[in-house]
Amino acid sequence: MSNVYLLEAKMEFLKSLRMKAYSLSTVLFPLMFYCFFGLMMGREQANGLMPMARYTLATYGAFSVMGATLFAFGVGIAVERGLGWMQVKRASPMPPAAYFLAKGVVSVAFGAIVVALLFGLGAAFGGVRMPLGQWLAMGGALVAGAIPFCALGLAIGNFAGPNSAPAMVNMIYLPMAFCGGMWIPFQFLPRGIQAIAPLLPSFHLSQIALRILGAPTQGAAATHVEALLGFTLLFAGIAWLGHAREREKMYG
Amino acid sequence: MAVAQLHAVAKNYGAIAALRGIDLTIEPGEVVSLLGPNGAGKTTAVRILLGLVQPSSGRAEVFGHPPASQYARLRRGAQLQVARVPETLRVREHIQLFSSYYEKPLPLEETLEAAGLGDIRNRLFGELSGGQKQRVLFALAICGNPGLLCLDEPTVGLDVETRRGLWARIRGYAKRGGSVLLTTHYLDEADALSHRIAVLHRGLIVAEGTPAQIKRQGASEGLEDAFLAITGNPNDVEEVA
Repeated sequence: MSNVYLLEAKMEFLKSLRMKAYSLSTVLFPLMFYCFFGLMMGREQANGLMPMARYTLATYGAFSVMGATLFAFGVGIAVERGLGWMQVKRASPMPPAAYFLAKGVVSVAFGAIVVALLFGLGAAFGGVRMPLGQWLAMGGALVAGAIPFCALGLAIGNFAGPNSAPAMVNMIYLPMAFCGGMWIPFQFLPRGIQAIAPLLPSFHLSQIALRILGAPTQGAAATHVEALLGFTLLFAGIAWLGHAREREKMYG
Repeated sequence: MAVAQLHAVAKNYGAIAALRGIDLTIEPGEVVSLLGPNGAGKTTAVRILLGLVQPSSGRAEVFGHPPASQYARLRRGAQLQVARVPETLRVREHIQLFSSYYEKPLPLEETLEAAGLGDIRNRLFGELSGGQKQRVLFALAICGNPGLLCLDEPTVGLDVETRRGLWARIRGYAKRGGSVLLTTHYLDEADALSHRIAVLHRGLIVAEGTPAQIKRQGASEGLEDAFLAITGNPNDVEEVA
């Protein structure tokens, strides 16, 4: 039966890769942003301590995994649920976990590929130098940090309709990236936004990655990890409510 | 043992009664049609047998097990009315993935052959015509070599030629000993394919028998006339519900 899980993941990967709207935007947006804000302004010092090419590697890395997972879950599930495909799957003997695990593994893998490309750009053109262990620690933290965004995507996917889901994901994703300090270093954000940033998971993941990088951060590392755990539980709970509402409709 | 059974099954959606207590049995090797106008409760009956909907009262069984059980899932195939399936997978890939869910699936070649998909196995689902898409959904229903096939209006929206082709495939499946539950509002389809027809009207089975018996019950030659005689004027169906 483990064969089922592998095949489900393989097909999920092929499906996502061939869906240009997903694969291209997931890969190109973070790379493009990093080229503009990280590399072209590479000589500027963020916070007077660290070159932008280095600082933004952490924040755009976090931005990449957030995008890859939010769109895969938020849009993917809304579309497949809303148009009847989930019903066919649910009537079949597919292990229910296979579907969600495949989505999780594949979207995190997409995020990891983009992070690797970003690291490559940073090392080749941004002059970013770190010990191997530090590269790996930052990559690992970013990949693990994808989990709350899988849960948030699932919550959106369980509530949104197939047509409104892409707009809904964008309305959450873009403000969250900006306000969480993923595009512009936290210190340069307006006061008001700095105040609400701790309410966003994007802020906490960026802070964890920045800390590994050795950049100045806000608050203790443990707080950020706890916050992400809390967000994961919260979003999973909301996702469960959406699922229960759907069951209610079918079983009511 | 019966392949599938509904005992006094009723289903309410809020104040609307979709099914008002129906009994239905499908025996091994039998093709049974649920015939009725739109809104008669056909899809609800199928969804109950697929374990996607829980009846408000009454009992449903597939091979003596609850319809949502893994035991039932492994022995059942389904073709639902689906708006869209993932379009960026190839025909062959869709079938391979679905086959992997079952314990003893048909070999890929056999499924492709039985659904008439040999020539388009490498095409992406999104590139297919309406009739070809229906054939892929049919392939997903039969690839697990199930004992029971549930087809919810499998030929709706297809041209005559494509419909006839699908009929031949359904007959081919039944000839190998599989049971079929088919819903349709095409009278000729029920007549051509089934051993037994149950006429569903406003949530009740108002007539049941072989196609010949149904015709007799309506005291008429054609099944269409019989259907109208049994269910009354179809024009007032919408208003009365």
